[in-house]
Amino acid sequence: MTDSRPDPDALLAQVQRDEAAARRGRLKIFFGANAGVGKTFAMLAAAHAAHAQGRAVRVGVVETHGRADTEAIARDLTRIPLKDLTHKGQTLREFDLDAALAWGREQSGGVLLLDELAHSNAPGSRHAKRWQDVQELLEAGMDVWSTLNVQHLESLNDIVGGITGIRVWETVPDRVFDEADEVVVVDLPPDELLQRLKEGKVYLPQQAERAAKNFFRKGNLLALRELALRRTADRVDDQMQAYRRERVDRGQGAVWPNRESLLACVGRTQASDKVVRSAARLAGQLDVDWHAVHVETARNQSEAARQQVQRTLELAQSLGARTAVLSAPEVAPALVGYAREHNLARLVVGRRDNAWRWPGGRPLSESLSGLADELDVLQVALPAETRERSAPQAEQAPLSSRLLSRQNLLGCAAALVSVALTTAVSVPLLRLISATNIAMLFLLCVVGVAWRFGRAPSAVAAVLAVAAFDFAFVEPRWSFAVGDAQYLVTFAVMLLVGLVIGQLAAGLQVQARAAQERERRVRGLYAMSRDLGAALVPEQVAEIGAQFLRAEFGVGAAVLAPPLAAPPGREVLAVLPGAGTQPDLGVAQWAFDHSQPAGQGTDTLPGSPCLMLPLKAPMRVRGVLAVQSPVRRWSPEERELLDTCAALLAISLERIHYIEVAQSSTLQIESERLRNSLLTAVSHDLRTPLASLVGLADALKLTPLTPPQAEVADAMRRSAQRMSALVANLLDMARLQAGGVQLKRDWLPLQELVGSALAAMDELLAGRAVEVDLAAGLPLVSLDPVLMERVLVNLLENAVKYTPAGSPVRIEARREGRQVVVDVLDRGPGLPPGKEAQLFDKFERGDRESATPGVGLGLAIAKAIVEAHEGSISAHNRAGGGAVFRLEWPVGNPPKEESQT
Amino acid sequence: MNPVRVLMIEDEPEIRRFVRMALESEGLEVFEAATLQRGLIDSATRRPELVVLDLGLPDGDGLDFIREFRGWSQAPIVVLSARDGEERKVQALDAGADDYLVKPFGVSELLARVRVQLRRHAGAGAAADPVFRFGDVAVDRSLRTVTRAGEELHLTPIEYRLLQELSNAPGRVLTHQHLLKAVWGPGHAEDVHYVRVHMANLRKKIEADPNRPQWLVTEAGVGYRLKV
Repeated sequence: MTDSRPDPDALLAQVQRDEAAARRGRLKIFFGANAGVGKTFAMLAAAHAAHAQGRAVRVGVVETHGRADTEAIARDLTRIPLKDLTHKGQTLREFDLDAALAWGREQSGGVLLLDELAHSNAPGSRHAKRWQDVQELLEAGMDVWSTLNVQHLESLNDIVGGITGIRVWETVPDRVFDEADEVVVVDLPPDELLQRLKEGKVYLPQQAERAAKNFFRKGNLLALRELALRRTADRVDDQMQAYRRERVDRGQGAVWPNRESLLACVGRTQASDKVVRSAARLAGQLDVDWHAVHVETARNQSEAARQQVQRTLELAQSLGARTAVLSAPEVAPALVGYAREHNLARLVVGRRDNAWRWPGGRPLSESLSGLADELDVLQVALPAETRERSAPQAEQAPLSSRLLSRQNLLGCAAALVSVALTTAVSVPLLRLISATNIAMLFLLCVVGVAWRFGRAPSAVAAVLAVAAFDFAFVEPRWSFAVGDAQYLVTFAVMLLVGLVIGQLAAGLQVQARAAQERERRVRGLYAMSRDLGAALVPEQVAEIGAQFLRAEFGVGAAVLAPPLAAPPGREVLAVLPGAGTQPDLGVAQWAFDHSQPAGQGTDTLPGSPCLMLPLKAPMRVRGVLAVQSPVRRWSPEERELLDTCAALLAISLERIHYIEVAQSSTLQIESERLRNSLLTAVSHDLRTPLASLVGLADALKLTPLTPPQAEVADAMRRSAQRMSALVANLLDMARLQAGGVQLKRDWLPLQELVGSALAAMDELLAGRAVEVDLAAGLPLVSLDPVLMERVLVNLLENAVKYTPAGSPVRIEARREGRQVVVDVLDRGPGLPPGKEAQLFDKFERGDRESATPGVGLGLAIAKAIVEAHEGSISAHNRAGGGAVFRLEWPVGNPPKEESQT
Repeated sequence: MNPVRVLMIEDEPEIRRFVRMALESEGLEVFEAATLQRGLIDSATRRPELVVLDLGLPDGDGLDFIREFRGWSQAPIVVLSARDGEERKVQALDAGADDYLVKPFGVSELLARVRVQLRRHAGAGAAADPVFRFGDVAVDRSLRTVTRAGEELHLTPIEYRLLQELSNAPGRVLTHQHLLKAVWGPGHAEDVHYVRVHMANLRKKIEADPNRPQWLVTEAGVGYRLKV
C-alpha cells in the first residue's frame, strides 16, 4: 500500500513547480557539441521566424564573430544596447540586464536572445555568470533563447576535458540545462564541420588557435557529438519519466520509486571534484537527491586543505547537493552515521584516495563496508596524474607555510626550552632514580608540548628529547655516543612513543578546542534566542543580531526591514538602528525582493562589501541581514551559523509583526464595539418616539375629526415618517462608513430583487408606467438581498423625486462579459452636466434650491452598498432625455441549479 | 358574543396607546403588558386569541416569549421589530411568530395584518376546504391540481409543494429555512438559492407579471408570503 502512494512531498513539489512555471518565462537552449556547428545562426533564424509571426524579439547579446551570414541575419533584429563597465581603468562592454528587464516589463511575451549561456560576466556586473542573468530574466517572466556547448555543462566538464585535453572554466550547472523548457540540438557531422573550419567559417580566437586546432580533431569531434546527443537523450528521457509520473492516475498502479539518495564523500584533495561530479551525474540519472560531505578529523587540519574542501563543496552545491562538514575522530563511522541519519543508501568514494587512508592502511571503501553492510559503496577511479600530482601539491604549499608559521616557531622554541628544563631537572635526579624512569619524564615533557603547542612542536620535542636523553643520561654521558647498543632500542621506542603520544595528544587538543568552539557558538545562539524572545520591537531584534555577530565573528552587521505598515509588494527597506555597518541598500533590496542571498561571496553582486542574507520567516521574507566582514570566505559551518542566526532573527521579526497585528485588531474590535453600541442606543432613542408619532397621528384619525384637523393629522404623520426615513438613512450611512456592515450574500435571481424593490415602492410609483426588461438567461447573482433592495429603492425613489409625476420609469438588466449590469432609467430632466460623479457624494443634491425633500444621502448609501459588493455605480444622461443610473458587479461563480426532482 | 382578546406586550407607552386605540376601534379587547414577565403572566391568565409582541423588551428576549407561548397556544403572534433586524425577524418567525411589522407602522397596516391573522386562525378550526383560491388561481389540495382562470397549470412536484406550503398558511411569512425543510427535507439548509430559483419559476406560471408579483410576495432577507 505505502509503496504505491504518491509521496506528498513529491506532489507538493510538483504543485510548486507548476506554479513557478506559470509565472516564469521559458528558456530555450540551442545546444551543440562544439563551436562552429551553427547554434547562433539557428537561434537567429528561429528568432526571425518568430519575429515574422509577430512576436517581439530583442537581441541582448549575439556573438557573430564576424561571420558574414550570421551578421546578415542578426542585422535586422533590434538590439538592446550594451552597457559600459569600467573595471580597473578598463572599459568593458557587457549585456545590460536592467535594460532587458525594463523592456520585458513593458513588452510581455517578448523573446530575448542571449548568446553563450556559459559566458562569465565582467567584474562589477550584478551576477558573475550569464546563466544567472538568464535566471533573473526568467523569474521576471521573460522568455529567453540562448546557446550552449556540451563542454560547458558542469557535470560533463571533466569528461570533455579528459577527451580533448582542454579544460574550460566557464561552466553552467546542469540544472539550468535540465530545467530549460526547450532544448534544440544543433548538429553538424564532423566532416562538414572540418570542411567549414578549413574554409575559415569557424571563428577561432587568435591566441588559442593552436590549441583549438588540436581540439578540432575528428576523434574529438565524434566524441563530443556523441556526448551532446546522449546528454540530450537523457534529458528527453527524464522528461518522458516526469510526464509519465504526472499522467499515471495517482495511486493506481503508479510506481513511486523509493528514493535512495547518494552521499559523495569529499576528501581534501582536488581529486574529490571528480567524486562530486560523478555523484552529480549518477544522482541526475537516478533522479535522486544527493549530499556531499567532508569529515574533518584531527589529522587533516591544514588551511589549504580546508580551502580545497570548501571549493569542492561549493562545486557540489552548484551541482545541486546538500553539503556538510562533519567533525569526528574517524572518517568512516562519521560517514556511516551521516548516511543512516539522512537515509542515504549509496556512498560514492574515490578509489585509492590518499587523503582517505585509514590509519591501519585500509582504504576507506573497505572500512565503510566493514561498518555498514546495508550501504552500497561506489568507487570512483581517480585520474592517475591527479592522484599523484595534485595531492602532494595540495600538501606542499601549506606544509612549508605551516612549519614557518609564528605559532609553530614559538612552539618549537617552547619545545627546546622544555626539553632543556627537563634535562636540567633530571640531571640531579639521576642519583635517585634510574635512567629508564628519566626517559618517562621526557615523554611527559613531549605530551605537555603536544597539548600546549600542537603537532609539529611535539615532533620536534620528541626528537630533542631523545637527543637530550642520549646526551645527558646514556653512558658515556655528555656525548652523543652510545656505549650500550641496547639503548638504541630505547631511543627508537622512545622516539616512536613520543611521536605517537604527541600526535594523539595534539589531535585530542584540536578536537577539544573545536568542541569548545562549537559549544561557545551554541551558547551564543542560546543567549541570542533568549534575548530575542524578550524583544518587543524590530529595533531590539536588530541590535541583538548585530551584537551576536560582533561577539561571534567580530564583524559589523545590520538588519534591514521594511516599515511595519508597508503594503506587501512595495516595501522599501530601511536600516534599523543598532547597525554596525552601513550596507548598500540596493543590494539589500535585491536580496529582499528575490529572497536570495546577495553580495560578498555569493553569485549576485559579489563585489559588494556586505553579505546580504534574506530573513526568511515561515510566512514571508521579513528583512535582510547585512554582514560586513573583512575580505574573507565564510566556511560552510560559519555560513550555517549565519543562516541559523538569520532564521532566528526572521522568526523574531515575524513574531513582532504578528503581535502588532493582534494589537491593532484588538483595538479595532474595541472601537467597533463602542461604535455599534453607540449607534444602537442612538437609533433606539430616535426611532421609538418617531414610530410613536407616526402611529399616534394615524390613531388621531380614528376619532371624529373636522376636515382641517384630519389634514393636520396627515401632515404630522408625513413629517414624522420623513424624519424617520432621514434618521434611518443617517444611521445606515454611519454604519456603512464604519465598515461595520457584514454582507449576507446569497445567490438569487435578479427578478426577485427587482420585484421586491418595486413592491416596496408600490405607493410612490402609483400612476407611473414601470417597465421591466430583464435579459433572458441572466445568471443567479450573489448579493445581500436586503441591502441591494435598498439600493434599487433609493434609485427608484430618486427617479420619482426628480421626475415629473406620471413619467415612466424603466429597469433593465443584462450580462456584459463577466459583469452583471442593471440600469434604472427615467424620463426626467436628466443630470446637470459635469456633475455625474458628484451625485454620489454625501449630502449632495441634484438641485440645491429645489423644494424636493431629502438630504442627499440616498445615492451615497447606494454607492457604499454597491462598492461593498465589489461593484460600481455610475450615472449618465439617457439618449432621448432623462437619466440612467447604472449598477455593475462581477458575475462570480453561480452555483449549479439543482436538478428537478 | 365575547370580543376577541388581544394581548399587547410593548415597553413604549405611546406605542401601546395608539395600538390600543387602533385595535379597540376594530372592536377587540386589548390587554397591555409593559414587560416580558407581565406578558407571560397575562398570556396565561387572559388566554389571548392574538398577541402583538415587541421584540426589544427591557427585561428579556421576545423570542423566549414566543417559544414559551407556542408551548401551549396556537394563537397568532404578530411581532414588532426594528427596520434592520432581518435576522431577528427570521428567528422570531422560525420560533413560531406568524407575521411582523416594521416600525414605524401605521394604523391601517397594523389592522390589515391583525385581520389576516385572526381570519386565518378562525378558519383553522373549521373543516378545511380542499380548494384554496386567490385571484384567478385555485389550488385543489385533494386532487393536487392548480388551475388559473380555469386552465390547469403544469407545475413540477417541487413547485406544487412550495405553493401548497404557502397556501396552507396564507398571509403568513414563511422563512427560507422553513420552506427548504418543508419541501426539500432536512439537510439542505445551505441551499437557499433552490427556494429562490423555484419560486421564480412558480411566479412565471402563476403571476400575471412575474416582475411585479401580486401574490407570491418576497420579504427581502426573510422569506415569502402568499398575500391574500
